Amino acid sequence: MPLLVLPQIRFILIQNRAGKTRLAKWYMQFDDDEKQKLIEEVHAVVTVRDAKHTNFVEFRNFKIIYRRYAGLYFCICVDVSDNNLAYLEAIHNFVEVLNEYFHNVCELDLVFNFYKVYTVVDEMFLAGEIRETSQTKVLKQLLMLQSLE
Amino acid sequence: MPAVSKGDGMRGLAVFISDIRNCKSKEAEIKRINKELANIRSKFKGDKALDGYSKKKYVCKLLFIFLLGHDIDFGHMEAVNLLSSNKYTEKQIGYLFISVLVNSNSELIRLINNAIKNDLASRNPTFMCLALHCIANVGSREMGEAFAADIPRILVAGDSMDSVKQSAALCLLRLYKASPDLVPMGEWTARVVHLLNDQHMGVVTAAVSLITCLCKKNPDDFKTCISLAVSRLSRIVSSASTDLQDYTYYFVPAPWLSVKLLRLLQCYPPPEDAAVKGRLVESLETVLNKAQEPPKSKKVQHSNAKNAILFETISLIIHYDSEPNLLVRACNQLGQFLQHRETNLRYLALESMCTLASSEFSHEAVKTHIDTVINALKTERDVSVRQRAADLLYAMCDRSNAKQIVSEMLRYLETADYAIREEIVLKVAILAEKYAVDYSWYVDTILNLIRIAGDYVSEEVWYRVLQIVTNRDDVQGYAAKTVFEALQAPACHENMVKVGGYILGEFGNLIAGDPRSSPPVQFSLLHSKFHLCSVATRALLLSTYIKFINLFPETKATIQGVLRAGSQLRNADVELQQRAVEYLTLSSVASTDVLATVLEEMPPFPERESSILAKLKRKKGPGAASALDDGRRDASSSDINGAVEPTPSTVSTPSPSADLLGLRAAPPPAAAPAPASAGNLLVDVFSDGPAAQPSLGPTPEEAFLSELEPPAPESPMALLADPAPAADPGPEDIGPPVPEADELLNKFVCKNNGVLFENQLLQIGVKSEFRQNLGRMYLFYGNKTSVQFQNFLPTVVHPGDLQTQLAVQTKRVAAQVDGGAQVQQVLNIECLRDFLTPPLLSVRFRYGGAPQSLTLKLPVTINKFFQPTEMAAQDFFQRWKQLSLPLQEAQKIFKANHPMDAEVTKAKLLGFGSALLDNVDPNPENFVGAGIIQTKALQVGCLLRLEPNAQAQMYRLTLRTSKESVSRHLCELLAQQF
Repeated sequence: MPLLVLPQIRFILIQNRAGKTRLAKWYMQFDDDEKQKLIEEVHAVVTVRDAKHTNFVEFRNFKIIYRRYAGLYFCICVDVSDNNLAYLEAIHNFVEVLNEYFHNVCELDLVFNFYKVYTVVDEMFLAGEIRETSQTKVLKQLLMLQSLE
Repeated sequence: MPAVSKGDGMRGLAVFISDIRNCKSKEAEIKRINKELANIRSKFKGDKALDGYSKKKYVCKLLFIFLLGHDIDFGHMEAVNLLSSNKYTEKQIGYLFISVLVNSNSELIRLINNAIKNDLASRNPTFMCLALHCIANVGSREMGEAFAADIPRILVAGDSMDSVKQSAALCLLRLYKASPDLVPMGEWTARVVHLLNDQHMGVVTAAVSLITCLCKKNPDDFKTCISLAVSRLSRIVSSASTDLQDYTYYFVPAPWLSVKLLRLLQCYPPPEDAAVKGRLVESLETVLNKAQEPPKSKKVQHSNAKNAILFETISLIIHYDSEPNLLVRACNQLGQFLQHRETNLRYLALESMCTLASSEFSHEAVKTHIDTVINALKTERDVSVRQRAADLLYAMCDRSNAKQIVSEMLRYLETADYAIREEIVLKVAILAEKYAVDYSWYVDTILNLIRIAGDYVSEEVWYRVLQIVTNRDDVQGYAAKTVFEALQAPACHENMVKVGGYILGEFGNLIAGDPRSSPPVQFSLLHSKFHLCSVATRALLLSTYIKFINLFPETKATIQGVLRAGSQLRNADVELQQRAVEYLTLSSVASTDVLATVLEEMPPFPERESSILAKLKRKKGPGAASALDDGRRDASSSDINGAVEPTPSTVSTPSPSADLLGLRAAPPPAAAPAPASAGNLLVDVFSDGPAAQPSLGPTPEEAFLSELEPPAPESPMALLADPAPAADPGPEDIGPPVPEADELLNKFVCKNNGVLFENQLLQIGVKSEFRQNLGRMYLFYGNKTSVQFQNFLPTVVHPGDLQTQLAVQTKRVAAQVDGGAQVQQVLNIECLRDFLTPPLLSVRFRYGGAPQSLTLKLPVTINKFFQPTEMAAQDFFQRWKQLSLPLQEAQKIFKANHPMDAEVTKAKLLGFGSALLDNVDPNPENFVGAGIIQTKALQVGCLLRLEPNAQAQMYRLTLRTSKESVSRHLCELLAQQF
């Protein structure tokens, strides 16, 4: 079913350099083939860029805001009219939270705790919008959830 | 701070993930997965009831397998069971599984909704948030139906926890975006606006997104948010870098919330209240001032967060486009960024300046940066930055710098990335057209384009240069000389051969006096390219050759020899063979006089077919608007796409299959399919010379639309037509429209011809044609009886203000209509400005002594004056964004009244008058269109988007135009068509 109004964030992807997906969070309906295609295209578009390039790249009718951390690419796909730097820092804010939560996060943490990463995402981004930006508040909430059975 | 170890809590899961990671091959992985699936299946099917922990673990494994890219066809029920667990970790896995593997299995949906309902009612904030996140992630219509009414209550309830409010706001946003009809507006909407004042910044952050969406849809109902947003923003930007504690990010107070508030304000025009406006301007100035302060941290996060706010502030300033001081300050700030060492900032500054260039207040300020931008085009490493630089040069171009910019772009084209060449070519072609002050510069520029990037020069571009050369005799000699020289190059692009062939065939005689370009030299030069060219080009060259026989009789023998050669006469290609045979025969049979007539120089192309010609002329005219102006305000300018329109008529393009000689029947004009009897009704109207041919109209004296322009009473037309007032009976004289009048009108929204009305006595047929803001309509009144109608009097009435919006000139028809006969009435229509109601047609007559009267709505709706506009996706989205004032948008969501057939929809949209744009909407099911409503007083740029939802049998239609009433009216008209 076609979504009638597009969310701000179309999707969030975390991929490694080899193209393995470590997180895919979709805020729009895509069928499975389409998702796979998007994942491959994003990887192709992002990995060829070097550090001197911008952190933004046009992608279909959207744009990808991305940042590389070690071997991982964090990508947010948004509307062309959206604020690039705000999303670029939203990525960093998210990464800092992951880093605190997993104590020096590494790629394997995301693999083994994939179901917790979704919880972190939902705390910070919901319905394609930024939900909470305070690291203190997010971590406090995650700590509380962690203590629950 | 919490730290989690690998897979804590679920050892089995961690082991499984490790196993998968250790698999050496894809086969081994599949084997391991199949083993696990079999194991899980047996556990789920086993007799022993699984405890919550095991269920959670297995569901989580299934989820992992699914995320690896394998299909999962069981486990849904177990996941649903987890939802009703009272343990958080079990519930969480259940909800995650549901959110990732959405399955519209109706039975499960009922169970899922039930579990969500329980959690929403649980008063446990953790469970409530899980349930809300699930709704927000799935966002299906079923969930909307089940919960859209509950969530507003949770959102505004006094006792809801802050985190629940945050989730509820965004959950509601998701449902509202997906199915706005399901979200009831009510008392909560007033309270939601006040969340902007909430103490908890996280709640404000989430709520602003919801409020922004609501404002876009119902701007009037949410106006109160302006002052609240302004005061919140003002408090944030004026706070010290540590005031906001948790919400300070690298010494920047609440950057994301500030950005969201600034975007919310972009839904509205500047605040009306002077105090609010003052406070806002002060805040915007504060942001600009802070940009000049030394950074509080060297970290890039600090400057990014600060600049995120700055760029959004600049967007708002540009959106308002009313504060010259702020616009110029914004421009200066961006100017500093143009040379910043951060590529991101240079990119964003170029992008943002592009919009500043279109404001009259800042256009000049932007122009001062031309050298920096040209330098960026030459030196930036990142192609996307170069592309922004090219965009900005295009946007800042006006008459004063066009030559410099065009020559820089041409230079850049030689080394440009293949990906952006076509776009650069188009930009150069458009600028050259738009700002050409002398034609030789234009010709040189286009030929340079072909030379440098021939493969990327589309047909429209080189057709256009031919049109200009054909129509301007002062440039023909120059063009002939220039193409002749260009063709000397050992390797020249085929497009150059086409242009050269065409121009020499028409105007080669102008340079034939010079022995260096004598006729035989011209011919052998062209013919030396012949064998390397495609069929299409060779066909064109054959036409050039026959034209040479007429221009230069001395070449006749040589050319006949070429035509007679077996390679031509027996060419495998039918087109080439036919041309060779026909041209050879023509050259042998026809006398010199006949030949001269048949092969006469091409007549000038009709002016209306080329927007560039109109523009060139305007530039030359003494009262020409400044070049700057027509580059601006694109939405309202006639050139809303700024792109080359494809030439509308096949006659005027030298396409290889168009017969230069007219030996075959001329193809019909591609324009509106005119009724055969009426011919091409409007041709005479729009040509501005005395060449208007009255014979094109049905009767000579009817070619009078051109006299419509000055509707002054002393116009000679008054002699021919009824003066309007006398013809118009007062409103009291005519009855109300027949009950089905609206329905009949709707039938004609997307078409121009057909039966307007029929009863036992009378049939009224309509044929009409519209061009720009003019139209001509034929009404055919058929007497279906065998008895004569007497005192037959059809009149057109303008209710209300329509008189000032639409001029309709009618002619009196015979007062008697014999039984079985048909009379015809011609209406000439001029749209003066946009209008909402159609004129009325009142028909009165006596039949068998009894007076008859009926009133209909004349099928003239505003969309008839649409001029379709083609544009690329990028332009479309840019225009779409420019028309983002809430009032400029009209939207309707409605049930389909007819079967949802894409082809039918397409035909209707085309009939409606807009261009249909392919490859613009990311969803191929959707339709987008663009066009301009042409009226005498103004032009209204229109963009439309139609989103069919086959499953729900619904459509959503969105119109954005530069005029509120037009958006609404078009939306209503079109919505009734599906």
